[in-house]
Amino acid sequence: MTGLLAGWAPGDALVLALVIPVIGAFVVLALGRWENARDGASLITAGCLFYVVTQLYPIVAAGGRPDIVLFDMVPGLSIRLTLEPLGMIFAGIASFLWIVTTLYAIGYMRGHHEENQTRFFFFFAIAIASAIGVALAGNMLTLFVFYEVLSVSTFPLVAHHGTEEAKRSGRIYLGILLSTSIGFLLFGMIWTWQIAGTLDFVRGGVFNAEQAQGPMIAVLLALYAFGIGKAALMPFHRWLPAAMVAPTPVSALLHAVAVVKAGVFSVLKVVVYIFGIDLLKLAPGTDFLLYVAAFTIIAASIVAMRQDNLKLRLAYSTVSQLSYIVLGAMLASDIAALGSAMHIVMHAFGKITLFFCAGAIIVFAHKTDISDMKGLGHRMPVTFFCFFLASLSLIGLPPMGGMWSKWYIALGAAETHQLIFIAVLMVSSLLNLAYLMPVVLYGFFGKAPIQSEEDADNDHDDHEHHHAPPNHLLLRHMTFGREGISDASFMCLLPIVLTATGCVLLFFYADRIRIFLLPVFGG
Amino acid sequence: MQGLVDIFKPLYDLWLSFEAFMVGPASPGLLGYWIVIALMMTGFYIVIAHDNLVKKIVGLNVFQVSVFLFYILMAKVTGGTAPILAEGITQYSNPLPHVLILTAIVVGVATTALGLALVVRIRNAYDTIEDDEILAVEEEEDR
Amino acid sequence: MTIFYTYFLSLPFAAAIEPHLPILQVVVPLLCAPICVLLRDAKLSWLWATIVTWITFFIALVLLGKVLASGLIIYELGSWPAPWGIEYRIDAANALVLVIVTAIAAITLPYAKVSVEKEVARPRIYLFYLMYMLCMTGLLGITTTADAFNLFVFLEISSLSSYVLISLGGNRRALTASYRYLIMGTLGATFYIIGVGMMYMMTGSLNMADLATLLPAVDHTRTVLAAFAFVVIGLGLKLAMFPLHTWLPNAYAFAPSAVTVFLASTATKVAIYALLRLVFTVFGGTDLFASTDISLMLIIVALIGMFAGAFVAIFQTDVKRMLAYSSVSQVGYMVLGIGMATAAGLTGGIVHLFNHAVMKGAAFMAVGAMFYVIGSVRLNDLAGIGKRMPVTTAVFLVAGLSLIGTPLTVGFISKWQLVQASLALGWWYVAAGILLSSLLAIVYVWRVVEVAYLKAPPEGAARRSEAPLSMLVPMIVLAAATVWFGIDGDTTLRIAGEAANALMGPASGGKP
Repeated sequence: MTGLLAGWAPGDALVLALVIPVIGAFVVLALGRWENARDGASLITAGCLFYVVTQLYPIVAAGGRPDIVLFDMVPGLSIRLTLEPLGMIFAGIASFLWIVTTLYAIGYMRGHHEENQTRFFFFFAIAIASAIGVALAGNMLTLFVFYEVLSVSTFPLVAHHGTEEAKRSGRIYLGILLSTSIGFLLFGMIWTWQIAGTLDFVRGGVFNAEQAQGPMIAVLLALYAFGIGKAALMPFHRWLPAAMVAPTPVSALLHAVAVVKAGVFSVLKVVVYIFGIDLLKLAPGTDFLLYVAAFTIIAASIVAMRQDNLKLRLAYSTVSQLSYIVLGAMLASDIAALGSAMHIVMHAFGKITLFFCAGAIIVFAHKTDISDMKGLGHRMPVTFFCFFLASLSLIGLPPMGGMWSKWYIALGAAETHQLIFIAVLMVSSLLNLAYLMPVVLYGFFGKAPIQSEEDADNDHDDHEHHHAPPNHLLLRHMTFGREGISDASFMCLLPIVLTATGCVLLFFYADRIRIFLLPVFGG
Repeated sequence: MQGLVDIFKPLYDLWLSFEAFMVGPASPGLLGYWIVIALMMTGFYIVIAHDNLVKKIVGLNVFQVSVFLFYILMAKVTGGTAPILAEGITQYSNPLPHVLILTAIVVGVATTALGLALVVRIRNAYDTIEDDEILAVEEEEDR
Repeated sequence: MTIFYTYFLSLPFAAAIEPHLPILQVVVPLLCAPICVLLRDAKLSWLWATIVTWITFFIALVLLGKVLASGLIIYELGSWPAPWGIEYRIDAANALVLVIVTAIAAITLPYAKVSVEKEVARPRIYLFYLMYMLCMTGLLGITTTADAFNLFVFLEISSLSSYVLISLGGNRRALTASYRYLIMGTLGATFYIIGVGMMYMMTGSLNMADLATLLPAVDHTRTVLAAFAFVVIGLGLKLAMFPLHTWLPNAYAFAPSAVTVFLASTATKVAIYALLRLVFTVFGGTDLFASTDISLMLIIVALIGMFAGAFVAIFQTDVKRMLAYSSVSQVGYMVLGIGMATAAGLTGGIVHLFNHAVMKGAAFMAVGAMFYVIGSVRLNDLAGIGKRMPVTTAVFLVAGLSLIGTPLTVGFISKWQLVQASLALGWWYVAAGILLSSLLAIVYVWRVVEVAYLKAPPEGAARRSEAPLSMLVPMIVLAAATVWFGIDGDTTLRIAGEAANALMGPASGGKP
């Protein structure tokens, strides 16, 4: 290792990456009384984590696979960390977006006068630690362990408000995630172990050709696909919209990046390293999962169109977009799987921007429903412009990163002669257009209703407290010195602009990702 | 008088055949085991069927006594005497089950004493020793 | 584990004592218990019980170390050779159970001090510790003995003392719970000696190893078949196997908190050990287990118990009773392991024996501490307890997660092993049953978690009122063990595997 970590073994650096957020969490807990120190600690931790992850990048890019066995959990199965390109990508975006989200969360939580902020930042850090754990997992058991820790540690974030609605949503959230993972995923894992005798991630899969025949593989694949509830394949998607009662930064990071991406990342890992893409080509009966994914893509998009609440619309959009990744993974084609891996990145940047914007609108304009946002674009031009850019990325239009991932998935569908899925992708792009563009159109071209001040006060939900944003330089409305403009605060806008720029940059640097991932996806 | 005897003759025959069935031709000792089982079932039935807590304990005692009998019966060796060394005697009954059952009797006494002590305490606390009435009170509390 | 053995050998008096450790394990608490009557004082008798229990714990650790180092230990009481005299045998299986029982007993005592002072009338406290030690004696005796009738005697020692312990609970319903347990327990024990008597009739022996060699010759007789049935049902009553569990929920719910912790973690475990010993050692040479479909019966009963117990637990408003029903469900997992009758299944059952003792101990300790502070463990009274007693509630949360079987807790290790064992047999529906029943655990655990963390504390409640340190430390130790052995499941699984081999292996009956 180089830089500050000179002298460290790469394997130890993996442990370090895991431990930093945990330490950070406890520092946050200890500093709970001093707001600024606490939030500073959050930021510093996020920065340290990102630094460590970036230091690992050149090793992986050069073909290194840092690896460390921590301890044996059951005889023959250890808790083990291994970093390979897929995990590197996931760890990279999770740690980078953590910095950005921390910035945003500080602005949001203070602007919104949320309670229990210390608890919030504590579990936030624990959740990131477990997401990093998922990314670094060296075998299925390790992945499962961190997957479960992630589910449990995000429960307090989802149920943050403690209201009846939050409790009900928390119940749905944890109920679905724990039941699918214990009921299906664990079952599939132990079964795999029984058959193959290993749960290590092996390129090309752990099953031999003989085991690959027969209906068992299809059943196992289904157990994994539905067992990884975080991938939100229908009918196990209900937890995601339910989780939207959480404060927006949670929705942004956890339900655009850490949690849902942990889900699809796990699906991708399982497909690539447990089953193997080549084996998937041969295995009979796995096609129906493609149709489940395709159905989820279309159905969730249609549901999204019917939502007036912006966060809910984005949630259903996430359900739909996640199934792109599942679809790409299940197509049993290297190119499609590559597209899936890229879509993890593209969607993360796009969706987190959208959520940031939605949060900014809640805090600084007190609007949650799309129909109320007419003309708001004139008041918050930066926010709405960034929303527009991110929407383009999700729809898959150039010059945005989202184009490439869709392109590769479609290419994979063509390669395997499953043209129907190209059609699905096309239709869903149109649907994306139909549910994302109205927000922008309303914002910029809608006519703001003439409202009295009282109405403005009344049209937000009961738990959305209406306080004047604090009069701090970083936390108050940005006006850019012009009449009629009162955009979100600097602390909120900076992350939005950063991630929106990311969407654009990814269009130009997508090939870097492709080359980086080549060792995983063959030629 | 003879008439009376004649009337009951078939019943007596029935008894004889029943006895023959129970005792069996070769092993005259089985009757004892039938008694054990009868006692055991009687005791068991009392424990289950009676609501009075003291009667339950009585039933439990009957049940346990049947087991004591069971052990003592199995120790009996046909033609054997008490296991005391004496001139001219070679056949003894097995003394071990007797010893075992002494222990079991002690345990039984302890159980009975504890059970009755509990009944006294229950009576003080509930003013009744009828199980159904106690259950009614407890169900009321649960609500 | 062998560290304790080597440390013990370095002690000056080791050479004289070492051969007699198996009997000391049982006799030390037995002889020390009556001294409480002489002490009379609550504090002194607590101190005495604590010292004695920790010594027995040390002895158990030494014994486990010795067994792991050098294999089976045989001790002949009064130097009478085996079939005539009573013999104690210690192999990996019962050494592990000895450690479980004494460890829980030792950890519970520091916890018990304030809890008992609050829940038991002061003049009776010395009797409490007397009974506590006697109960432990009985459990240790059941575990060490290799004589079928001797086992009955210890069974009754532990049972009688536990009836007394339960009846000491503050609520009057403790009396009826104790009474019902007395009736059921006595029936169970009597069933057991009926079975033993029948075995004696056919073989003329009471020594387990001897029985194991003699029984196969007569295993076709109806008497032996009946003996088998009586033994299984009798012990099934003691271990609260569904549907013979009816005594358990009230007994655990109304006993003093410390007693609940101790009994829930040890009494049913020892009964399960006894069943294992009888079924696999004594009847191990016969093919009764296979030919009578008893394994099928056990599995069906276990599965029903797993679901029924968890299902009923969901609807309880008293958290202590909820945990008691959860015990019925968890006992199902252990019985399931026995029913599989393979080394892997047995390993799962035995490892759950240990794991459940640890996690249920922690859970009951947490609930007991809540009772100590707020005087009630009804769900409605626990609102906001997470703010008022953060440490205690965190311990409950850890134990609860373990009951569900989330990874990094011991519950996961048990479930992993059991699911794997059932899949190895091709019984995927049993594996599915295990996992589905843990979903029910999510519901009952989360009901408490929600009330504890997301409901506001009642008006006027003290903001922070944590339990005293003497209660906190033991429960933190158990919670830490829950996590530690959940991460390092390797160690426990290995010991459990050796125990399973000791029970099932060719040397079953532990023939020298």
